[in-house]
Amino acid sequence: MSILVNKDTRLLVQGITGKAGSFHAQQCLEYGTNIVAGVTPGRGGERFEDKVPVFDTVATAVRETGANASVIFVPPAFAGDSILEAIDAGIELVVCITEGIPVRDMAEVKVKLEQSRTRLIGPNCPGIITPGQCKIGIMPGYIHKPGKVGVVSRSGTLTYEAVWQLTERGYGQSTCIGIGGDPISGTTHTDAIRLFNEDPDTEAMILIGEIGGTAEEEAAAYIKEHVKKPVAAFIAGTTAPPGRRMGHAGAIVSGGSGTAEAKIEAMNDAGIEVAETPSHMAEALLRVYKG
Amino acid sequence: MNIHEYQAKELFARFGVPVPAGCDATKEADFGPALEKLPEGAIVVKSQIHAGGRGKGTFTDGFKGGVKLAKTREEAVEYGRRMLGNTLVTHQTGPEGRKVQTIYFCEASDIEKEYYLAIVMDRATSRPVIIASTEGGVDIEKVAEESPEKITRAVIDPTLGLRPYQARNIAFGLGFRGEQVKQTVKLLDGLYRLFWEKDASLVEVNPLITTPAGDVLALDAKVGFDDNALFRHPDIVAYRDLNEEDPKEIEASKASLNYIALDGNIACMVNGAGLAMATMDIIKHYGGSPANFLDVGGGANAEQVTQAFNIILKDENVKGILVNIFGGIMKCDVIATGILEAAKAVHLDRPLVVRLEGTNVEEGKKLLEQSDLKIVSADTLADAARKIVELVSDK
Repeated sequence: MSILVNKDTRLLVQGITGKAGSFHAQQCLEYGTNIVAGVTPGRGGERFEDKVPVFDTVATAVRETGANASVIFVPPAFAGDSILEAIDAGIELVVCITEGIPVRDMAEVKVKLEQSRTRLIGPNCPGIITPGQCKIGIMPGYIHKPGKVGVVSRSGTLTYEAVWQLTERGYGQSTCIGIGGDPISGTTHTDAIRLFNEDPDTEAMILIGEIGGTAEEEAAAYIKEHVKKPVAAFIAGTTAPPGRRMGHAGAIVSGGSGTAEAKIEAMNDAGIEVAETPSHMAEALLRVYKG
Repeated sequence: MNIHEYQAKELFARFGVPVPAGCDATKEADFGPALEKLPEGAIVVKSQIHAGGRGKGTFTDGFKGGVKLAKTREEAVEYGRRMLGNTLVTHQTGPEGRKVQTIYFCEASDIEKEYYLAIVMDRATSRPVIIASTEGGVDIEKVAEESPEKITRAVIDPTLGLRPYQARNIAFGLGFRGEQVKQTVKLLDGLYRLFWEKDASLVEVNPLITTPAGDVLALDAKVGFDDNALFRHPDIVAYRDLNEEDPKEIEASKASLNYIALDGNIACMVNGAGLAMATMDIIKHYGGSPANFLDVGGGANAEQVTQAFNIILKDENVKGILVNIFGGIMKCDVIATGILEAAKAVHLDRPLVVRLEGTNVEEGKKLLEQSDLKIVSADTLADAARKIVELVSDK
């Protein structure tokens, strides 16, 4: 009933003793996520909340606990290094929440990532959740409900908006992924759509995009070619002025490309049901998916 | 972050990229000494603002051209005098234009042919890409569309850096031979080191020129930097020119708020960049016009919300405010308290519609209803947008 994470995921938290790391690790534990280890260099040997062992390095943590996923709450100046450490330790899934990582650091990480078996989600993202099983990230757990709709988005709160609209109407989610708002990221819309398409328990999808780049157009082309499951979409940024960075580092319309109009057109062309406003994302899906 | 041409050329020179001799001046008294530093011959007088199209721009007093060729020193001083303190309008500045506060005097170069050269971080490959074109001084997007064969590209592996063969490919792609190839390889090496070492998001030379003597030279320079990396470049931060930024945006950035001024009349305050953009869109969808983009972030507190109100209300065009918060980790009753405190502190005098959703939403709404302030509560984002558009159009 999910992609990438489930009740068997063994999570490691990088930066577990930091302010954001400890708060969100606690929230994930409460949701039922199986956190097996934490890493903070120099704090090895301690225990988080009296139960989760803390290690100095990711390699030791993996060796000692068999962790197979990692979530990163490390400040931006050091987060690129943390991702590289997780890749080097052979972790299968790395979720980087950190916002504000220099693009140069991510360009280096990306090369390393392509040569590895690690999947990266983010950076600058809310994380990933399989409702009722595993929450890795900063999303409020209670708005989700186990079910059969996959949700993928670059934006955090806009994802919550879509999820909440679904849950309120009685439709649960298989997995929700926030891929992050940065120009260089580990997982694209297309990657997520492909995984949802291959997941027998995901019956429909909501894709949320925004201005900047061409990732949404590529996802639309993939959907047109390969996806039979119903898909609804919303693209944010119709009113964004060109050349300005709208909060997310990646959300910028430059030289006439990356516009909301071009993305919406690609979605329509691929037979995707486009929501007319962010308030109508679930409604748009329910026009083409009856559950 | 963007910098001025004269600053970009300083950086070029530091990285061994050849540029024409030049000197900047911020007051008239400095014109003479600046010009003395330049070699004999004609002078180009250039207005320094963060916008393109300066040459074809017009000043608000009717004076035409933000870039002028002066045959004599006296003429250069006269042009500088007309430009300094004057407001230049170009196709990129908007009708309000930008005040010119620095003049850059350059040695005029003899041009044989103009080319285009840029290094950008390419999203599609997640790598730096060098783009070169035999058509200089024109819009590169137009060349890419109409005559792509004139463009040569090189994708750089960031873990290896720019390799000599890639630089040669670019030079040969531009049609260079002999000594010019060597010069271009050296120039590209400098530009790439600048791009990489200083965390640039864009390095653009338009035009790159060849002179009748056969030299290759950067005639113009544009450099933009990754804001996320400024913490490791104090020398670049020193180039920041606050005159080029909206004062409201500067104040917002001090309060760690993400604010962009727009020209509508409905202000919005939202948590999360994607939702903030979507909120602007839905205001437009229901016939209104957003006055700003404002993301208060995931963990905004009462103090930040107050700051946000202060910034929003400084915009005289604002006729109403829409607050849209999806409280996840942050609880709605806490946010409601923050909004009430802030609204009282700033003596809110314009209609306010608040849409809260998420944890403790009922408690939050109750707090807003019980207050003696005139706050309109909304259930969904669509409901909120319709209500604020209606309130603003009634005014």
